[in-house]
Amino acid sequence: MGIEKSTVEIAPGIRHIPGTPVVISPIDKIINWARTGSLWPVTFGLACCAIEMMATGASHYDLDRYGIIFRATPRQADVLIVAGTVTKKMAPMVRRVYDQMPEPKYVIAMGSCACSGGVFKTYSVAQGADQFLPVDIYVPGCPPRPEALLYGLLQLQEKIRRESKKWGCWR
Amino acid sequence: MSGWINKLKDQFSSVVLEVQLDKDYPTVICNREGFLDLIKHLKEEKGFTYLIDLCGVDYLNYKHKKFEERFEVVYHLYNLDTKELIRLKVRIKEDDCWHYSVTPLWKTANWFEREVYDMFGIKFEGHPDLRRVLMPEDWEGYPLRKDYPLYLDEEQEWAVYKGLVEKTKMERGK
Repeated sequence: MGIEKSTVEIAPGIRHIPGTPVVISPIDKIINWARTGSLWPVTFGLACCAIEMMATGASHYDLDRYGIIFRATPRQADVLIVAGTVTKKMAPMVRRVYDQMPEPKYVIAMGSCACSGGVFKTYSVAQGADQFLPVDIYVPGCPPRPEALLYGLLQLQEKIRRESKKWGCWR
Repeated sequence: MSGWINKLKDQFSSVVLEVQLDKDYPTVICNREGFLDLIKHLKEEKGFTYLIDLCGVDYLNYKHKKFEERFEVVYHLYNLDTKELIRLKVRIKEDDCWHYSVTPLWKTANWFEREVYDMFGIKFEGHPDLRRVLMPEDWEGYPLRKDYPLYLDEEQEWAVYKGLVEKTKMERGK
């Protein structure tokens, strides 16, 4: 029939009319598609997990191929990867970095410490980043392998793909 | 080395309480009064120019304790010419919880002493800037004391963090 014949599907639910600058798609889908293709995490290493996060970003695992590029400022970032043990003294600063990020914004808790406090059930360590941040993805491990973080980021992309009416004027 | 250490006992008879030579390194137990004279003598006359470490110890409920005081401040000094190491210990009472600062002699002692103050609450007389160094400045209690709880109850929680958690809970409720 008409639309299938004269258009090409360039992504799930997004169709392009060949030879024209026209794309036909529900607005949710095309925006989510754009967002999944350029997740920019803010570099925020807190402990040993940060080393693994850097390894994930470096040439061997190469996050750039997913359009995931580390930004050194929260103002240009979409994702906060909480990589490592969050002490109570550090928690207000983590929260401030999150508050400085423009919407849409997502949080990945990387490693056992950021998920639940890990082995540090002590007076000085926050028992999980979810105590003071809305965490989207939990990546367990001590520290997680780069593959695990990569899987977490892909899961986040999957989550974003299903999003609708969450951010901005649609809220 | 043991020769001159034993002489130290005669020279500083009011400061040196005990000399232990059977340990891994020669250890001198000192009195607080006159301690600065002793450590100055070691630095300037005996060549112990390098302060390796300065730390506190809490001996509360320690089974093998043979003395009355609760705390100890331990110094490790090193002689870079003769490669000798000496350990000094000063015992501090809980109700008289202060000690003399060695920051005028070694600049490196500045943060060491701040750390001991932060973790054990031992104040250092003559320190130029005695503030907490690891914990937040408005933290209550001294975490490395043996009677400090491992995990804080809700009412003991640090106010700033408590506020942050409560704020998050309210946002989530919306």
